[in-house]
Amino acid sequence: MIAPRLATRNLAGAGLRTWLNVIVLSMVYVVIIWQQGLLEGWNRQALRDMIAWEIGGGQYRHPQYDPYDVFTLESSHAPVPAALAGNSPEQAAAPILLAGATIYPQGRMQSVILRGIAPDQTVLSLPTSDLQADIPEIPVLIGTRMAESAGLRWGDEVAIRWRDANGAFDAAEARVVRIFKSSVSTVDQGLIWLPLERLQTMLGMPGEATIIVAGEASKEADPLPGWLFRDQAYLTRDLADMIRMKEAGGYILYVLLLSLALLAIFDTQVLAIFRRRREIGMLMALGMTRGAVIRLFTFEGALHGVLAAIVAALYGIPLLSLQAVRGIAVPAAVDSFGLAIAERVFPVYSAGLVAGTTLIVLLAVTIVSFLPARRIAKLNPTDAIRGKLS
Amino acid sequence: MHATSIISIRGLVKSFPIGGGRFTALNGIDLTFGKGDFAGLVGPSGSGKTTLLNIIGSLDSPTNGSAVVLGQSIGSLSHRQAARLRNEHLGFIFQTYNLLPVYTVFENVEFPLLLLKMPAAQRSKAVMDALDAVGLTDKARSRPAQLSGGESQRVAIARAMVKSPEIVLADEPTANLDAKNSHHILQTMVKLNTAFKTTFIFASHDEKVIGYLRRRITLNDGKVVGDEPVEHPRHMAGIAPTTTGGAP
Repeated sequence: MIAPRLATRNLAGAGLRTWLNVIVLSMVYVVIIWQQGLLEGWNRQALRDMIAWEIGGGQYRHPQYDPYDVFTLESSHAPVPAALAGNSPEQAAAPILLAGATIYPQGRMQSVILRGIAPDQTVLSLPTSDLQADIPEIPVLIGTRMAESAGLRWGDEVAIRWRDANGAFDAAEARVVRIFKSSVSTVDQGLIWLPLERLQTMLGMPGEATIIVAGEASKEADPLPGWLFRDQAYLTRDLADMIRMKEAGGYILYVLLLSLALLAIFDTQVLAIFRRRREIGMLMALGMTRGAVIRLFTFEGALHGVLAAIVAALYGIPLLSLQAVRGIAVPAAVDSFGLAIAERVFPVYSAGLVAGTTLIVLLAVTIVSFLPARRIAKLNPTDAIRGKLS
Repeated sequence: MHATSIISIRGLVKSFPIGGGRFTALNGIDLTFGKGDFAGLVGPSGSGKTTLLNIIGSLDSPTNGSAVVLGQSIGSLSHRQAARLRNEHLGFIFQTYNLLPVYTVFENVEFPLLLLKMPAAQRSKAVMDALDAVGLTDKARSRPAQLSGGESQRVAIARAMVKSPEIVLADEPTANLDAKNSHHILQTMVKLNTAFKTTFIFASHDEKVIGYLRRRITLNDGKVVGDEPVEHPRHMAGIAPTTTGGAP
């Protein structure tokens, strides 16, 4: 137990130098955990919102539907299968019919996608019940992004022109009955939501849909002839890719922060060995083996990591817990990254994240402490006692 | 040859690489030390005193020849064996004290016993006895920074003596001390030598140290040029050691 005792005393004796290292290292713990927790919280929120607002338990798609090609909309529609017409949780589904159209807000012309959805659907979080409004115009829902780009406000009327199944153009007035706010931009930008039956009538496609969003309860989707089922994993591939990209960026910050702290520890160790070479020589003269002296210095360095973990816990736990409860406000501009992001992101700090970060930092600090301590093995005791480096 | 020889040096050569060639610090040393010797290596700077002391202390190894200390050939010891020899049988006193600054006086003296894994109660008694022997029991809780030079060196002596070593090696122990403290230190060492038959070997060119020696070995240019007993060392001639203190 000599090494822990002597190392503890040496660290205490080093005073401010020790505390500077410990405080810097504790910040590394807290910032790494905070940043990783923020990313995790962001990822979970993005996934949760995407499921709630757009993909549900998966989507049945018309085989010709290509979400990246608007021209496929004309041919990608078919009658909704009777199996998905029920309202029980197992059968819950939200058929959506898509069509290209043009709107004329304030004399301008703007291409949009019309999305017909049943007002009484419960699969998605869209406030579709507002589509039941009894008004002469077509009741429509739009998101805040769409409202901003078209300059539309709640209650505004706008002309819509579309082409039906026979290729004939038609037009009608629509009224904005609700502007909803969603973190998922793909249910908002360039989209106008209206009652499914109304759109089916407008297009001359009674009982038809382009996609059918399955309920969350229907984990095992039954195959439907004439429809392709895309599960959650498939539909969140892009999101998963983006998360991986974000994580890679996060790791760069992780490595940078850790490197800075490790450099400080390394520097301290090198200086300590240079400054305390007489002491090292004396320890050897007293009968300490070189290995024991190396262990002592390595332990001293590693103790920085342990102290830093304790200090980090003292101020990090209250700080990070508060953030996990209150969330962090995200600037509106971040929305343009293309990733679903809410106004407030709630970081998620898992036990694995905290334990893993602590272990990685401790291990890295120990290795960085050991590297300069190896130099002790090359020290000649007689030179060390005289304060010389051999 | 001493009847109870504990150090035997034969044909000892020590040379160091320097520039393109080698510098010979010790050249054909033959010496024997017995139990209870109070001997000194004297000579001018660069004569090889410290080098010889370091080899006896297993801090360095011979280039040629042999140095056998307590039956162990220094040249053939591994690092670990040499550390064990120093830990169990040798005590060191250096010019610069080399106390651990973060430890108290008590803990500095206790340190060699920790390396020996001595039980705590036994350790505590041995430390207090050693501090008593050097007259520093009242400074047990002090830090090295709070001590004078003389007190620091007495702590170093207590640290060297606490494990009751067979041999104590003192390299210029009085070089940083004034005359009064030097005599106090030397009297303490004479007392311990007399009480416990511990062998003391000094390396010094300080006349105050030389005055206390019972055997004077003179080195010059790495060779022994004189090895003579001193008939009336200073402590025998009036400055008798006191009888304070117990066995460390």
